Amino acid sequence: MPMSYFIGLSVVMFAMGILGVLLRRNPLVVFMSLELMFNSANLLFVAFSAYHQVLDGQLFVFFVMTTAAAEVAVGLALIVAIFKAKRTIDLDQMSSLKG
Amino acid sequence: MSLGLIFMYSALALVVVVSGIGLITSRNAIYAALFLVLNFVTVALLYIALGAPFIALAQVTVYAGSIMVLFLFVIMLLGAEQLPIAEPLRGQRVLGILLAVAFLAEMVLFVLLRGAPTVAGQAVSPDFSTPTTIGMLLFERYLLPFEMTAGVLLAATVGAIFMTRQPRPDRKGALPAMPEESKE
Repeated sequence: MPMSYFIGLSVVMFAMGILGVLLRRNPLVVFMSLELMFNSANLLFVAFSAYHQVLDGQLFVFFVMTTAAAEVAVGLALIVAIFKAKRTIDLDQMSSLKG
Repeated sequence: MSLGLIFMYSALALVVVVSGIGLITSRNAIYAALFLVLNFVTVALLYIALGAPFIALAQVTVYAGSIMVLFLFVIMLLGAEQLPIAEPLRGQRVLGILLAVAFLAEMVLFVLLRGAPTVAGQAVSPDFSTPTTIGMLLFERYLLPFEMTAGVLLAATVGAIFMTRQPRPDRKGALPAMPEESKE
């Protein structure tokens, strides 16, 4: 398959992730859009790894996955803590720096 | 390229794009999570087509498995399936769409002007990325990043537990006053 297929798909996925981050007010959906952007970067890593016949790209995908898992754990814990303090998770309501 | 292959790749791309649109448009966060699972599994199929079976399996188990289960747990724990319909910030939606379209145009222009490689990649040999070769590379050249990843995961786990722990009653049975709660 030509590389332009994977590049185009990755660009479209990344743009959809940006749309989700900018438009949605549910922080959980914002997190999911972030995962979508990670995923588009990973797809490009693997595609270029196969294109150049270099294995390092796949290892970078591995590291991105573990870092994303850590980021999700901390982010979801933050959301739960914010919900406990403010009883809402609407992003538009989170406009104060002091709890 | 054979017609069947073209059909398969376009079907996969269609599923990826439609599940992404479903993710950012569905009102219910549970549906968004399930769309994202579909997206992850489809991208895992693309990884297999690219000759990366280890990454594909890691994608299914780590992303579509554990991370999305964590998401679903938190959604149900908070009861955050649907937010109350409220007035969003004025002009935010238009601005968001404009910025996303600007980004898309920027990327398309970049790819067109830079001249991305359009030729098909060579067919990968079957022993290009077996779990064995990936493991050898991971524990030889990338040993230090691997250990640092372990440290990051440990720190994230401790941080997550620390942030969500309940204030525990002390021996006399009284709840210790949390600093942020005592002000209210």
